[in-house]
Order: sequence, then structure tokens, then C-alpha cells
Amino acid sequence: MSRLQVVTAPARTHDAEELLRINAPLVTEWLVEFLRDEMIRRRGFHRAVVGLSGGVDSSVTAFLCARALGPENVWGIRMPYRTSSPESLEHAQMVIDQLGIHSRTIDITPAVDGYLQYEPDADGRRRGNVMARMRMIVLFDLSAALNALPVGTGNKTERLFGYFTWHADDSPPINPLGDLFKTQVWQLARYLGVPEVIVSKPASADLIVGQTDEDDLGISYHLADQILYFLLRGYRVEQIEEMGYPREKILLVKNRLESTHWKRHLPTTAMLSTTSINDYYLRPVDY
Amino acid sequence: MKIRVAVVQFKPRKGDVAHNLDRVAETLRQIVEENLPADVVVFPETILSGYFLEGGVRDAARTREQILQELSCRYQPFARAEPLDVVLGFYELWHGKYYNSALYLTLEQEPARCRILHTHRKFFLPTYGVFQEKRFVARGRTIEVFQTRFGAATVLICEDMWHSITGAIAALKGAEVFYVIAASPGRGFRGENVGNVMKWQTLLCNMAEEHGVWVVNASLVGFEGGKGFVGQSTIVNPFGQVVVSAPLMQEAIATATIDTEEIAIARANAPLLADLEAGLADLLIEMQEIAEEQHTRDRQ
Repeated sequence: MSRLQVVTAPARTHDAEELLRINAPLVTEWLVEFLRDEMIRRRGFHRAVVGLSGGVDSSVTAFLCARALGPENVWGIRMPYRTSSPESLEHAQMVIDQLGIHSRTIDITPAVDGYLQYEPDADGRRRGNVMARMRMIVLFDLSAALNALPVGTGNKTERLFGYFTWHADDSPPINPLGDLFKTQVWQLARYLGVPEVIVSKPASADLIVGQTDEDDLGISYHLADQILYFLLRGYRVEQIEEMGYPREKILLVKNRLESTHWKRHLPTTAMLSTTSINDYYLRPVDY
Repeated sequence: MKIRVAVVQFKPRKGDVAHNLDRVAETLRQIVEENLPADVVVFPETILSGYFLEGGVRDAARTREQILQELSCRYQPFARAEPLDVVLGFYELWHGKYYNSALYLTLEQEPARCRILHTHRKFFLPTYGVFQEKRFVARGRTIEVFQTRFGAATVLICEDMWHSITGAIAALKGAEVFYVIAASPGRGFRGENVGNVMKWQTLLCNMAEEHGVWVVNASLVGFEGGKGFVGQSTIVNPFGQVVVSAPLMQEAIATATIDTEEIAIARANAPLLADLEAGLADLLIEMQEIAEEQHTRDRQ
């Protein structure tokens, strides 16, 4: 009697690159509609201000705003500090020129140094936070002058890592990129036509000379995004390790994620009543 | 019997019931004045307020009688000679509780003849992930079939459609047309369309084909606090084929003439509903056993 053929399921593998792939034209269409709806229809703003760092996140945000509102309604604001890389300014200018949006350049050095002269021993982290918060002061003030809305540029990876200054980078009232991992922002950037030199350079907060995100974080965005993808879906460290990811990198990502929940929330308020805001008294942001 | 149906998707103004009733009326005016083919006009879930209201449900909820009166008043200036049926979703105040509900109304030239044919209160309330319905509204307890002048119909709301058993009950009770209203925020952007749009298309087609019924779906559009409702309202024939779809995200009206005579043809080709009816007694015993086992297990 002939034996039956046996068909075995292949070993379970996860193509994380594939899982993180986005349909960039569809995402673009979605985010353009998001900007129009949330800015114009819900809030009555027709103009946007975007802080342009010369990096990929703010470039993509400017490209999306130009598509949604028209370049004549978008202001790209360059806010260099004296230690900022000249390359950052040049790359921001490339975006301004390519899109034909308005621009302003505000040197934040006098304002930042004006404060830091009283705190000469401030370390790099504190100095970086002062710069980030100063940039938000500028952005919000110019938005008031222009009757415009500041548009945020933070991506999902940095939000999950807490790799931003609280109540600074995260403070604009709307954010089109906040649910896209960094590697997904890169995909979107290439589809939108952001200059390749911006997309392919090492990401940097540019708060300290020579700084790069991946050095700061101790992991590449490609690896971090894949590990985050599985952690957010509830996979345990051991399961992710079985997929072939290094245990120390999984733990690094998990620790950053779990130590920064507070940065993704509003300040903690002591609850005293049964009408406590956002505990009992619940209204959505657009109500 | 042929029924001319129109599905409408527009972006409601958050929490502004009067404004959204105006927009419903404006749409009906367009349909009447442009003589669009419509016996039944279907609007999405929570079209009178927007979907994500949290505690704002208390402000936006209305009684069904209020909705009937408000809409029939707005309809009178342009009322047409033949009746016009309307299906719409709203937050309802009923017997001291709030519900996510749908009305099936008939509007007529004479205000006194405008009437409610049916109210469906959402049976399955999603309370996971981005959804929080059980926190703010009570659950409906029935899946009903009602008679319209075009035959038997049912109304389901969003997650009601994700459970095949709800559709099975409606089909067993004799519904030939399923009016399915939804509010589905877009998630998943890897494929050729938004992930939940593709899931919805599968659900609608499967439900239509399994029971040999027409499925008429109206789906909300517009962003609410960053969450974008997909639209792409869709009408599916009893063979499980899409007849027409409205565009993704955009405001639109989609129309189709549906023929209930196709139901018999579809069911003759695939008599799944008849098979279900034949096995129903056994299935009921199976279900009863499951319920009793669960009840006993939870006592331990």
C-alpha cells in the first residue's frame, strides 16, 4: 500500500519588515484628510506652523501640511541654536524651497543662553530640554501671530521610548505622525519625495554636536521598531527572543517603554470628587 | 419587489444634534429635488452626533419621538407625494437609559402620517481597544424583524454585524433586507485598502451570501479626535456580490435598486438558510447545553 504524502506547516516566522510596511499613498491620503478635518473643520484653522529641524519627521509633516492646506498656508520655522549643525539649516531650507512654503528663521541662542547664564553647570540633558521648550515658545507664539495651528512632528517610536522633551516636542495640538514608527516615516518620506539626503542621514535630535538618536538609544530604529511591534501586541520577551531578536535589545526596548508611560499622559491630578476631570467627567478632545 | 435604496455618508458636527438633523434634511431635500432613485435612505450609526462622545452621550441623547418630530418638521417644506423611508443612527434616551440606537421611519407629506416603524438598540456593544460603549450606553436585548411596505427587514448596528449569529437570527425570523449602519474608525494601512474596510467588505458579502439576503450598509465618515471613520458604504446582493460602494472617507450618496426576487434565486442555488432551519432544533439543544455548562462552571 502506498504511503500518504505528509505536508508539514513551516516553522512560524515573523517577517517584521513586512509587518511594518505601509501603503504610503493610502496613508498620505488618510493623513491629508486628517489634517483638513482636524484643523479646518473641527478647529477652524487654515494655516499651519511646523518647526523644521532638517530631519525627516518635520520634513514629512511639512510635506503633508502643504498637500492638505496648500503651500501658501504653511510656515516652516527654523530655530537654530549656536551649536546646531549647519547641515540642519540647509536641509530645512531644501524642504522650504521644494514645497514653496513660507519660512522664518529664529535664532534661539540669545533666549536659551539668557536663561542658562544663571545655570552655567547645566548638563547636556538640561540644556537640550531648555532648547526644546524654547522652540515650543517660539512655535506657539508665531502660531498666534499667524492665526495658525502648530503641527506636531513626533513619531511613534520616539513617543514609545519617551525620547522627547515632555511638554515641548509633544505639545502641538495635532500630530499626523504619532502612530507611525520611525521606519514607517522613512517609507512615507520616500513616497512624498522628501530629499533623499534627509531621509538617509542618521536621525539626530541635534541638541549636542555629533549626537545621533541610535547612539543615544543604543539600538537601531529598524530593530527597535520590530521589537516594539511585538511588545505592543502583548508578546512576552521569551516569545520575541524565540523569533531571533537579541535578549538584551528586547529588554532595552521594554525598559524604555515601561519607564516612560508618564510622558504619554497629562499631569497626574489628585482625585477628590466624583466629577474628577478625565476620570469621571469624560468628554472627548473634539467635543 | 424592487426597492430603490440610497446610502448616505456625511461628517456630522460633533454633539450638535440640531445641525446634524439639518444635514439629514438637506440630504433628503437633494434626493427629492434631484429625483434620485430612493425609497429608503440609510444614514450611518450616530449620524446625529458623531460616535465618540464619552459622557457627552447624556447631552446628545434624544427620544425617538423627538427625532421623528424634528425630522418630519424639517421634511415638510419639500415633502414628495410618495412616502420616503429613512434609517438613521442616534444616541437614544429610552426608559431612563441611554442606547446606541437606529430608527426606521416613514416620512410623508402629512406630518401626522410620519411614523416610526422600528427601533433597534445595539445588541453587541464594543468595549475594547478604542471602543468604550458599555461605559456610556446600555445594551439592547433583541434582534427584531419588522414589516416595511417592501417586505421584512432588520436593522443591525456595527458590531451586531460582526457576530454571524445575529444575522442568522434575523434571517430565520424572515428578514430579506438587512440595513446595517456602522461607525468604523480606520486601522491597518499595509494592504491595498484600510484594514477594517477590507474586513467589513468580507463581513457584508459573507452575511449576504450565507443567508441569501440583501445587505445595505451605511458607514460614517470624518475624523473625531484623530480617529477617522472610513465610509465606503456598500450594498451587497444575495449572492454576496458588491453592487455599489461609496468612496473611502469622502461624503457621498450611493444608490442602487435592489430586487427581492433575487433572494429566491440565491437561496435555491445555496440553500444554507433552509439547512439552518432544518437543523435549528438540534442547534438550540446544543446552545442550551453550552449555556448550562457555562453557568455551572462559573458557579464552581
